[in-house]
Amino acid sequence: MPELETANTTTESAAKGRYFVRFTREQRYMHAVLFTTFLGLAATGLVMRFSESFWARKFAAGVGGFGAILFFHKLCAIVLTIAFLIHVKEVFQRGLFRREKGIFWGSTSMVANWKDVKDLFNHMRWFLGLGPKPQFERYAYWEKFDYWAVFWGMIIIGFSGYAMWFAPFFAHFLPGWALNAVLIIHSEEGLLAILFIFAIHFVNTHLRPDSFPMDMVIFTGGESEDEFKHKRPLEYQRMLSEGKAESRLGIAPPLWLLNFSKVVGSIAIFIGLTLLVLTLTAYFH
Amino acid sequence: MSLRDRIIAAGVAVLAIAFAPIALRAQADCLACHGDATMTDSAGHSIAVDGQKFGSSVHGSLQCTSCHADIKAYPHPDKIAPVDCKTCHADQATSVSGSVHASASDQPCTSCHGVAHYIFPKDDPRSNVYPLNVPKTCGTCHGSPDLAKKHGLPNVYPLYMDSIHGFALSKEGLLVAANCQSCHGSHGILSHTSPQSPTYKSNIPKTCGTCHAKIEADYEQGVHGKAVAGGNLNAPVCSDCHTAHAILQPTESAFRMQSTPICGNCHKDKFSTYRDTFHSQLGSLGGYVETARCWDCHGAHDVRPASDPASPINKANLVTTCGRCHAGANASFVKYQPHANARDRKLSPALYYIRLFMNLLLAGVLIFFMIHTILWVIRSRYSQVKSRAANGGKNA
Repeated sequence: MPELETANTTTESAAKGRYFVRFTREQRYMHAVLFTTFLGLAATGLVMRFSESFWARKFAAGVGGFGAILFFHKLCAIVLTIAFLIHVKEVFQRGLFRREKGIFWGSTSMVANWKDVKDLFNHMRWFLGLGPKPQFERYAYWEKFDYWAVFWGMIIIGFSGYAMWFAPFFAHFLPGWALNAVLIIHSEEGLLAILFIFAIHFVNTHLRPDSFPMDMVIFTGGESEDEFKHKRPLEYQRMLSEGKAESRLGIAPPLWLLNFSKVVGSIAIFIGLTLLVLTLTAYFH
Repeated sequence: MSLRDRIIAAGVAVLAIAFAPIALRAQADCLACHGDATMTDSAGHSIAVDGQKFGSSVHGSLQCTSCHADIKAYPHPDKIAPVDCKTCHADQATSVSGSVHASASDQPCTSCHGVAHYIFPKDDPRSNVYPLNVPKTCGTCHGSPDLAKKHGLPNVYPLYMDSIHGFALSKEGLLVAANCQSCHGSHGILSHTSPQSPTYKSNIPKTCGTCHAKIEADYEQGVHGKAVAGGNLNAPVCSDCHTAHAILQPTESAFRMQSTPICGNCHKDKFSTYRDTFHSQLGSLGGYVETARCWDCHGAHDVRPASDPASPINKANLVTTCGRCHAGANASFVKYQPHANARDRKLSPALYYIRLFMNLLLAGVLIFFMIHTILWVIRSRYSQVKSRAANGGKNA
C-alpha cells in the first residue's frame, strides 16, 4: 500500500497530531474479505430464505435465476471459508509456534475475561446515568462478542451449509433427521448473523455518535491519538507505560485511502441496511 | 293490318317468347347472372357466386335449386327463403340445436363452415374446419374478449395458441394435435357442467386418453384416477393440473413453477411443510427447473400411496427416487423428511427443539443488543451535547 509516498499530501489530517496503528494491513484485508463475502452471502441467502417475497423473485430473475443465486452463494462461501482457515492458522501460528503473548489470554486477547463482564455491567449502568463510563482495553466486550459471533457463526453456518451442499456425503455419518435440521440451523443462524451485523454491529461500531458515520480505523488501520485515548484509555495508558508508543506510531491515513474507504464503507452500509429493510418486510409480511 | 304492323306484331311475339319465365335447371342458368362478381342485391350485399370455386366445393355437384328450393324459375322474387341446411344435414342440425350453440346466431352452420357456396370437406386445407384451421374458426368468437365477458367464458383462443397443443398445430402443422373439436366435439358441443359433455370433469381422463392412452391407463391406476372413477369429483383430473387450454410442456420451468401450488390447493398441510424446505425455496425462485416438485417424488399420473410397492416413495424405492437427483443417496440420506414440520413437537421433536433453540437464541441476542445499542446511542449523544464537544462526527 503506497501510504508512504502519498503521506506528505495529507497535510490536513497530519496536522491533527499523531496516529497509531490499530489494525495491520492483513487484518484490514481480512475484514474486507469478510464483509464483501458476507454481503454476498446475505444478499443471495436472503433471497433463498424469503424466496416467496416479491423482491426475491425480482432479484433472482435479474441475476439469472436460482442457479446464479446458488452459484454466488457457494462462491462467497468458499472464499469466506478460505479466509477463515487462514485466520485460524494465523492465530495458532502466532500463539503456539511464535509464542506471541496476548493471543489467547491477557488484555490484548480476544478471549473474554472477568473485566468484560464488569465492563458490560458498568457500561449499562453508565447508559442509565448510574455510574462512570468504564475504561476499555484493546478490545471492548462488544467487539469480542462480534468476533466470537462471527467465529461461532462460521462454524455453525459453515458446517450446516456444507452439509446441505454435500448432503449425500454427509449422510454417511449424519442421521437422516440431521439433514432436516441443517436447513433450520443454517437459515436461523444466518438470519441472526444478518440482523446482528446490519442492525447491531453497524450501529455499535460505525453509526453511534462517537464514530458517526463510520469508524474508519478498520479501513485505514490508523487511529488518531485523540480517538485512541478516548475510545481505549486503558490500552493507551498501557502503551505509554510500557514505552511502546514509538513502535505503534503510524502515519495519518492519506486522503485517497480515506476517500476510498468512505466510498467502500458507505456502499457496504447501504447494501446492509437495504437488506435489513427487505428482511424485515419479508419477516413481518 | 299493314305489312309494317304485322312485322311489329311478329317482333313483339318473338320478344315475348324470348323473355317469358323459363325453368332453371343447370348452375349455368343461374351463373349467367350471378357469375358477375359485381352483382349485388337492392341492399348492396353481394349475391355473386364464383362458379368455378363453387364447382370445386363439397356442394359443387348440386344444383342451385337444391338448396334455394323456393326458386323455380326466372325471374324470381327479390326476397327468397333462407337456405335450410337441415334438409340434408338433419343429424347435425339436431346436434347443434341441443348444444351450447343452439341460439348462437341465425346461421350457425356458416359461422363455422364458412361462406355457404364455398364449403369444403374437413380434410381439405381450404375448409374452415380443416384441423389446422379449427382454432382460428372457433377463435373468431372465442378469441374475442367481449364475447368471453358477455358469456362469462375465459378468452380461450390466446391460451390455446400458446399451449403445447397450439404450438404443435401452428408451428408443426401437426394434424393429430388436439384442436378445439378434439376435446369439445363439433356439432353437439355441451357445457362442461353437462354430464354428457366430453369436458365434464369425470369424462376428461377419457377425452384426453383418446390420444394419451398410456397416461390415461396410468392415471386410472393412481389414487386420483380411482377417486374420480369412484365418483369423487374433488379429486383432480388432467385439466386440474395441466389446465384446459394453456397446457404447457411439463418440463418447462413455467409449468414447474405453477404446478406445486395446484397440488397445494388440496394438499394444504403437505404444501405448507414443503414450502419450509430447500426444495421449495429453490423452486419458487424460478429459472432452475431441476428442483423436486411434488410429482418428481410422488409420480405424476399414477400417484400411489407410500404403502404401495409401486410408489416411488415406497421405502424400498426411496434410494432410487432420491438418487435421481442426489447422486450417491444412501439409506441414511433418504431418511431426510421432505415434509418435516419443525412446528410440530409430537411429529418431529428433534427439529422442534432445534428450531425453538435457534429462535430463542436469535430473539435473545437481538433483543438484548437492541436495548443495549439504543441506550448507548442515546447516552453517547447526551454526553456529547452535555460536554459541548459534539463536533458532528468525531469522538467527544
